[in-house]
Amino acid sequence: MRRAVGSGLLIAVALLTLAFLALPIVGIFVHTSPGKLLHQLSNPVVKDAFLVSVKTSLLAQALILLLGTPTAYLLATRRFFGHSLAVTLVELPLVLPPAVAGIGLLTALGREGLLGSSLSALGVTLPFTQTAVTIAVAYVASPLYIRQAIATFEATDPHLTAASRTLGAGPVRTFFRVVLPLARGGLIAGLALSFARGLGEFGATIMFAGSLQRVTQTLPLAIYQEFDIQPDGFTTALAMSGVLVLISAVLLLTLRIALTWQRSPSSRSLSLFGLSSSV
Amino acid sequence: MATVTLEQVTVPLRTFELRLSLTVDSTVALIGPSGAGKSTVLNAIAGLTKPAAGLIRCDERTWFDADRGVFLQPEERRVGLVFQDYALFPHLTVRQNIEYARRGTADEYLDRFAIGQLEDARPGSLSGGERQRVALARALAREPEILLLDEPLSALDAHTKIEVRAELQQLLAELEIPALLVTHDFEDAAALAGEVGVLVDGQLRQTGSPTELVAQPADPFVASFTGANLLHGRPVWAGAHTTGVRLEDGTLISTTGDADGDGAVTLAVYPWDVTISRTRPDDSAMNVIAGAISAITELGNRARVTIGPLSAEITVDSLRRLGLEPGQNGYASFKATGTRVVASRGGTG
Repeated sequence: MRRAVGSGLLIAVALLTLAFLALPIVGIFVHTSPGKLLHQLSNPVVKDAFLVSVKTSLLAQALILLLGTPTAYLLATRRFFGHSLAVTLVELPLVLPPAVAGIGLLTALGREGLLGSSLSALGVTLPFTQTAVTIAVAYVASPLYIRQAIATFEATDPHLTAASRTLGAGPVRTFFRVVLPLARGGLIAGLALSFARGLGEFGATIMFAGSLQRVTQTLPLAIYQEFDIQPDGFTTALAMSGVLVLISAVLLLTLRIALTWQRSPSSRSLSLFGLSSSV
Repeated sequence: MATVTLEQVTVPLRTFELRLSLTVDSTVALIGPSGAGKSTVLNAIAGLTKPAAGLIRCDERTWFDADRGVFLQPEERRVGLVFQDYALFPHLTVRQNIEYARRGTADEYLDRFAIGQLEDARPGSLSGGERQRVALARALAREPEILLLDEPLSALDAHTKIEVRAELQQLLAELEIPALLVTHDFEDAAALAGEVGVLVDGQLRQTGSPTELVAQPADPFVASFTGANLLHGRPVWAGAHTTGVRLEDGTLISTTGDADGDGAVTLAVYPWDVTISRTRPDDSAMNVIAGAISAITELGNRARVTIGPLSAEITVDSLRRLGLEPGQNGYASFKATGTRVVASRGGTG
């Protein structure tokens, strides 16, 4: 009897939590008729923001993938003096308030920043350009990919890389033919997470890149501007929010599938921080 | 056949230092307890571990020379290493695993190891015995100059083990390259290798044929590793050909071994030299230890019967004929010539 009450209570609390999490999502889609929302998608503000978001996100993720993968592999396979410090540095943007990240980027890469004079000597101005958006997104989203990549590489059986070497493959061939195929699922999961985080980037972007339509105004920035400034912008903001919800849902699904994929070839379990791998 | 030579190869390990010299020109087994540094020897030969000092050569080619700063990478040596867990690539099929070593060789090795029907299977779906065949095929497809086997039988269940050991025995007999295998099981080593080295705490205690190790174990550790019973006592009298030793429980034993001095001695008695009976044997030339049977373990058609400090190996037929049961009183007897003195000072053991 007491057990039945206990489990009933447990279910009630879980339902309450789920409802709390679902309600805002439902709100976005039921507040205004779907027709009106769809109509808003042809609004130039929405189209421009969508293009800026997609372009900067893809560039930022490419950057994270190209630079983050070797870094993660190094951190996963070698132990050296300052290793923990390096890992902490990689993870720091994850807990840093985005506004602080924005200020940091300005003081590092801005006109008056640490590298400002060197950059202007090269004729490069970063703040308030689309490149600045890409940099802000890459800075804030990179830990999600790199951390996951480190965990994935660490889970690779060292006997397999050793076997590859004794079978005549050098370190590079071993990486591409053994390590990478086995890590594939985990890396894609990390990238999906990083993509989702980057797409929602707001604080660092608005401080370092501003919110100029067609140049630096991404979907989250456009949502805020429409909501805050435009008198009839709420519907537009809703439409863009709907788009972001859908993209995020697709990314999460990708992540789930990628993690199952990761588990099937090598039976090792993989822990993805923030997300349980026991789907 | 190539010869792989290790000279004073030194690898610092957690609590001790591995240091050994070894020549491998046929099938050699290294045995020893886990953590003795056996796998480290294989890794050093394969180039997966860089020793701190020493020299490793394969015929005239130097694979490692600490003094001259030579260290060939694993892919620059031709070594076939079969890992304890086989380390088959889980994302590749059996055929692809073999082709990974060398392109265009899969058909030959699929055929040689009778695994053609498995060519499209992934390692995850194979049995232990099949995995080992694939791992061997892959290692040999590399056309190695030496085959290294890390605990080749430990990942298998008892039934498969006997089958695979026979396969491995045949393979090693036909192999035209030297092989070094490590195992913690003397029986496996004796079945597979002509020469056995006993490695303890990074040092080679003794090297010899399995028969030599059994006949003349250098110390109590080697004796117990080869499966001998160890009896501790003190010499109390010395005759022309035999010495009397009083065991710790008071039993008097005679040995033809050389138990000089008056310090503690350790005698090795092999289970197959011990006879079990229900009544005291009337042969006064026999050593007898009387007591209750503390354990009976059947191993296939043989059985181990333990009385006091002695285990005897007898056939299951004898076990049934004598009607032995745990708890019964029995007599374990062995000849003076069935004892070997393995330590004769300072009460070692």
